[in-house]
Amino acid sequence: MNVVWAVSGVMLLTAVLLTLYRSLRGPTTLDRLVGIDTLIALTICGLAIWVAATYDTTIVPGIVALSLVSFIGTVSVARFRVRDDE
Amino acid sequence: MISDVFSAVLVLTGSLLALTAALGLVRFPDTLSRMHAATKPQTFGLTLVLAGTLIRIAGHPDGGMLVLTALFMLITAPVIAQRVGRLVYREQRGSGGKLMDESQLHVQHRDGPGA
Repeated sequence: MNVVWAVSGVMLLTAVLLTLYRSLRGPTTLDRLVGIDTLIALTICGLAIWVAATYDTTIVPGIVALSLVSFIGTVSVARFRVRDDE
Repeated sequence: MISDVFSAVLVLTGSLLALTAALGLVRFPDTLSRMHAATKPQTFGLTLVLAGTLIRIAGHPDGGMLVLTALFMLITAPVIAQRVGRLVYREQRGSGGKLMDESQLHVQHRDGPGA
């Protein structure tokens, strides 16, 4: 059973590294915004896998808070962002 | 035992979807294509992983919070995709990408941030 969580963790880690590459490289700020939004979803996935692997449910309220904060953050950036070419 | 296998399959599928999202985010050429790659596994893959975790900790009172998280992500992801996609369309349709066909769409172009 431990193999399953390890494989999931490795896949998520690869996904995080690829997304981080796009967030750092991305030509426009909107690419970075999409990358960071994906990064938070991957973080939530990782925390959920941690809960499943260890039966440790202390971080479940943190997962809920993270999902709401990510929405506020992304929408705020999309609203108050300055265009790239100005 | 059966439920363990079921939750493992769900979590693995969700992680694989997250990996494909990241691959699409790196490989696709356009911001809108990257959004297309990113948003769907964000909701579906996350829902799968949360369902697997929910099966794993079945009966625990914190399971309701996982349902709540899946619900929040399913509600907020379309809003985020709409806001960001609108900005991308307005700013990049004339920049030599794949968004050159403006003649049939008649989208009003207003100035100002976001709106």
